[in-house]
Amino acid sequence: MNFATILKNGFVKENPVFIQFLGMCPVLAVTGTATNGLGMGLATTAVLLGSNTVISLLKSLIPNKIRIPCFIVVIATFVTMTGMIMNAYFPVLFDALGIFIPLIVVNCLILGRAETFASKNSTPFSIVDGLAMGAGFTVALVVLGAVRELFGSGSVFGLNLLGDAYPSAAIMIQPPGAFLALGILTAIFNVVILKKMKS
Amino acid sequence: MSNRLIVSPSPHLRENTTTKTIMFDVAIALVPASIASIFFFKTPAAMILLISIISAVLAEYVVQKIRKQPITISDGSAFVTGQLLALNLPASVPLWIPVIGSVFAIVVVKQMFGGIGQNFMNPALAARIMLTISYTDRMTQWVEPGVDAVSTATPLTFASDFTSVQSGAPSFVDLAIGNIGGSMGETSAILLIIGGIYLIYRGVISVKIPGLFILTVAVATLLYSGFDIEYMLYHLLSGSLMIGAIYMATDYASSPVTPRGKIYFAVGCGLLTSVIRLFGAYAEGVGFAILLMNTTVPLIDRYTAPKVFGEVEKQNA
Repeated sequence: MNFATILKNGFVKENPVFIQFLGMCPVLAVTGTATNGLGMGLATTAVLLGSNTVISLLKSLIPNKIRIPCFIVVIATFVTMTGMIMNAYFPVLFDALGIFIPLIVVNCLILGRAETFASKNSTPFSIVDGLAMGAGFTVALVVLGAVRELFGSGSVFGLNLLGDAYPSAAIMIQPPGAFLALGILTAIFNVVILKKMKS
Repeated sequence: MSNRLIVSPSPHLRENTTTKTIMFDVAIALVPASIASIFFFKTPAAMILLISIISAVLAEYVVQKIRKQPITISDGSAFVTGQLLALNLPASVPLWIPVIGSVFAIVVVKQMFGGIGQNFMNPALAARIMLTISYTDRMTQWVEPGVDAVSTATPLTFASDFTSVQSGAPSFVDLAIGNIGGSMGETSAILLIIGGIYLIYRGVISVKIPGLFILTVAVATLLYSGFDIEYMLYHLLSGSLMIGAIYMATDYASSPVTPRGKIYFAVGCGLLTSVIRLFGAYAEGVGFAILLMNTTVPLIDRYTAPKVFGEVEKQNA
């Protein structure tokens, strides 16, 4: 195993959203705008980075039988910290994401990486894995948010791209649009990846 | 001589029915309503019909060309989808609305799920609901028939949310022939029923689904209003009940196959329509009711599958 493989896995081969379909709740619920997607992605990355680091450091101390509660305690600590920092420095984003910030605790991406990677690998690898998976998650959320915002409001990151004459398709920033956009983007992602892997 | 002996599994009696003849029959059945919509709403209606049909057929052609699949536009199913969608739109919509609707119906609802026969929802209806959610203002600007295009309420507004028909509502004659505000094709109840009778006569649809659907709405509105016949008739003749029950709930791909399943499906559509009309925020519930029931079809089919001949009920060991 080397750093390049871990990075590639997080971004492409095991992309948390388009390949593993992990953490679907925030993926579908908060990607109405690119900004919200970016905020959610960065918050998740911060928690993932912290939990992966601490769990890989503690892996020899954690008894195997009660590892899940131990992981959750570590994750919850970092989620609380992230939430407080966001509330202090990005109050608008914190309000927009609402309940989905505390819910990062139960995001299966984070527990999944703790269980399958951080508890079995050395600390440097775990840090890179946390960064790679977090970046893969963030990029996916930003792309999804940008597509939905572009068609649903005519803008990306709040920047009006399509002009005032564009009739916004409100369905795209509503729940059905989340499923539509995720399905179509996943199909495109898989076509591109499959073509690359064949060649 | 030997190659004229064809060995094949049953059935050996073949009918000439193909997808093409069925779609042609549906298109014919929709002709009276289409002509009426042009008669009542003039040029805009004709333009919307034309653009909707052309973009539906074109969308199917382009998708199948891109995906390198056999082109099936000649079977007429895309034509019918475009025609149905146009009849579901108000005559006042800008001309890009039917284009977006047709492309959505064909590309997203039909082709992405595998093309004809694989769609889990009625494409035209799904497109209508998508447009209604996205462009609520434009999709609910109903106009009075005629060239002046005065915006107006649909007759359903006079009956929804009340237990009796309010004063100022259009007369029953206008309701029946279609001289009222509403979507282009749903206004004329009589012409839609004539088209439906033609389809039943040709064996394209069975009377079960539309009949039970309409009957359920009739019973529900009758009970709700305390046996007010006028109120019930108002619910039956207005809104998109007729076009929905006859042309969209009967879609082969998105309605149950089993006879018993058809009954559950139709009654479910009727009940949901009544509940949304009488208690919901929207005045019209036919579209939502049919789409919701569409999604339950695999389940209904599974639980109503007839027993295999000779099958014994499982003993509890």
